[in-house]
Amino acid sequence: MNKRLFVLLSVLVIASMALAACAGGGGGGATLKIVSSLPMTGASLTQTQTIVNAMQLRVEQAGGKACGGKYTLTYEPWDDASAALGKWDPAVETENANKAAADKSIVAYLGTFNSGAAKLSIPILNQSGPLVMISPANTAPGLTHAAAGLTDPDEPTKYYPSGVRNYARVAATDDFQGPVAVNLMVALGVKTLYILDDQEVYGKGVADSVNQSAVKAGITVIAQEGFDPKAADYKALMTKISTSNDGGVPDAIFLGAIVDNNAAQILKDKVAILGDNEKVKFVGPDGIYTAALIEGAGADVAEGVFATTPGLAFKDIGEAGKKFYADYAAKFGETKEPYAIMGYDSMGAALKAIEDVCAAGGDPTDRAAVNKAVFAIKDFEGALGTWSFDENGDITLPYFLVGQIKGGSYADYGTFTP
Amino acid sequence: MKSTLQKFARPIIAIITIYLVLLLGPIAALDIPVIAASIAKNPSQLLQFLIIGLANGAIIAIIALGYTMVYGIIELINFAHGDVYMIGVFTALTTLSLTGTLKSQDPVRIGIGIVIALVVAVVVGATLNATIERLAYRPLRNAPRLAPLISAIGMSFIVENIGLIWAGQSWLVPSFGTTGGGAQKEFPDLLSRMFVNMNMNPDLLASSGLGLRFTIKDLLVIVLAGVLMIGLRQFVQHTKLGKAMRATAQNRDAAKMLGIDIDWVITATFLIGGGLAGAAGLMAGLYNNNAWWFMGFRAGLQSFTAAVLGGIGNITGAMLGGFLIGLLAAFSDGYLNARWTNAWVFATLVLILLFRPNGLLGEQTGQKA
Repeated sequence: MNKRLFVLLSVLVIASMALAACAGGGGGGATLKIVSSLPMTGASLTQTQTIVNAMQLRVEQAGGKACGGKYTLTYEPWDDASAALGKWDPAVETENANKAAADKSIVAYLGTFNSGAAKLSIPILNQSGPLVMISPANTAPGLTHAAAGLTDPDEPTKYYPSGVRNYARVAATDDFQGPVAVNLMVALGVKTLYILDDQEVYGKGVADSVNQSAVKAGITVIAQEGFDPKAADYKALMTKISTSNDGGVPDAIFLGAIVDNNAAQILKDKVAILGDNEKVKFVGPDGIYTAALIEGAGADVAEGVFATTPGLAFKDIGEAGKKFYADYAAKFGETKEPYAIMGYDSMGAALKAIEDVCAAGGDPTDRAAVNKAVFAIKDFEGALGTWSFDENGDITLPYFLVGQIKGGSYADYGTFTP
Repeated sequence: MKSTLQKFARPIIAIITIYLVLLLGPIAALDIPVIAASIAKNPSQLLQFLIIGLANGAIIAIIALGYTMVYGIIELINFAHGDVYMIGVFTALTTLSLTGTLKSQDPVRIGIGIVIALVVAVVVGATLNATIERLAYRPLRNAPRLAPLISAIGMSFIVENIGLIWAGQSWLVPSFGTTGGGAQKEFPDLLSRMFVNMNMNPDLLASSGLGLRFTIKDLLVIVLAGVLMIGLRQFVQHTKLGKAMRATAQNRDAAKMLGIDIDWVITATFLIGGGLAGAAGLMAGLYNNNAWWFMGFRAGLQSFTAAVLGGIGNITGAMLGGFLIGLLAAFSDGYLNARWTNAWVFATLVLILLFRPNGLLGEQTGQKA
């Protein structure tokens, strides 16, 4: 390289670094920043936008201040998806975690949406403070606790290299979601089941969990098969399934997948070849509990699909939850996405922890103190009800909402427990 | 010594391969006795997978033509080509929506709407592809080979994001208006609706008692693909412009000296390739009933693979490659485990290229000095 050019470039780089440092330090110590890392490019946006809205709502309700006005609260929604993948991107999630680790004004990291993403960011944030993570949506059990047959032997310890736990979540996990889906299928009279998964941490995890509990419940699992989430269609796969039950169709198909992984196409080809969702039941987890599935498959095709998701049926929601939905509707319009309320309580837990630190005379810019306060949350009056975090960081509410698609949207079918 | 080694290299590779397939096959679901048993149990299903594979292969083949033509003429992998196909899907969906075809129950009206959508998708695809060439490739035509390759990747992202924005416009793409551009959009099953409203069964073999599904959608996709491919072949072989294309592909400078307008020939190649991608977009929409801003990526990857498999620059080869990939994927989904489909498709590709490095039918690109 030309020597003069090199010098010029070096000066530019140093200057921009200095500028960046100034910009970073300019805020002063009176700002507490909370970020969320959720996939906002791709089909999951339908779900994540409502989470972000709910988090924003919670911060605004706190007046943008914490500890009696001593600190200014700022909230930034970060995107961990990329246009190149069309869903969450490991590279972007890692970058987000590193960015958060480096920005000392950040005291809580709300995310992730996808369990696979959490596996990457927990260890990074664990070694930087630790910075506390609160996920509104992760359901893979191995992130917080061991579950026989569903988690790796070194889970969850491998995610916490510093030895301190820094990850909590308000979503109930798949070792409970599997039994819930199976309870539902038993209630529907399903005897034979074909399981498909999108081969991701979340999709395969929940499918494994369903497989395990279906066998226990006496349902015959014909096979569990992974599919290519980017294939143009699944007609050949569905043709195979159409004769898999001794020459006939199975009673039900369980799809362990997120909606970005071509769930709508699977559903479309399933209905075209195996028949409607009355004849062969179609059951999925929270990853497909979204209007995006109905929009992709068409209301007629999607009619009758069942999905489970952590949370409560609308009729079982308490006063605080009803107030949340009313406040949300007033500001952003009505939503039926079940994750909105989870986003609200994740932010609620983060703010509670900050207030608790202040109340105890601590410094809320100290990440370790905030982390400790999150794990100390007991009997929190959230929109979901009154709940606590256990020592693993799991929420103590075991409720799952089951919805069924009717006339182009999910309608409550009931609240189920494992 | 060296010649003996060379002489035996291929048989040795072949033996090692067969050994590995038998040894490792069952791990990746290639369990031959199980497969044989399931074919024996239900032989008509084999034909069913053949139909599905052919229909999917037809769409891949048409997109592959665009890759292979462009590579043949300027030796550029047009990464944006798969995304032009995606724009074709959305163009068709929007046209069908704006002409009121999506909600129509009248078979004549649906038929006319589909023809209009085909024309519009072809025109938009062609124009977009030629515009991409004009903006991103022509200024770099004499730059090092890597420069246009990078600009092609860039164009691919740009077009994908156009698709993302397009999909989010509810006045262009019918939706419930709640999910934005990221979600997959329904492309209604118009052909079946048209047949049902004419009191005909969309499943053409339903009354045959063979237990096979061969719908009007399969027929249309396969026939349309055949017509387009034969038409393109005749065009390239027998018209003046087609000859000019072949001349430009063989030696650009010599063609120029003979008075061929190189710029126009290259533009025409992009126009034709883009038009085919647009047509493939309509076909895929009608066949798979899905529109998704991201669908161009995988389609592009498979089509490019098909082009390489058949011998890049070779139009017949691209068709052959497309059908082969469609069939391989269908049989793998059907008899092996879907988890391994991509692995098997690409393993086969590697194998074929080991024995025929220039593809099944050989490359047809310019001779290098």
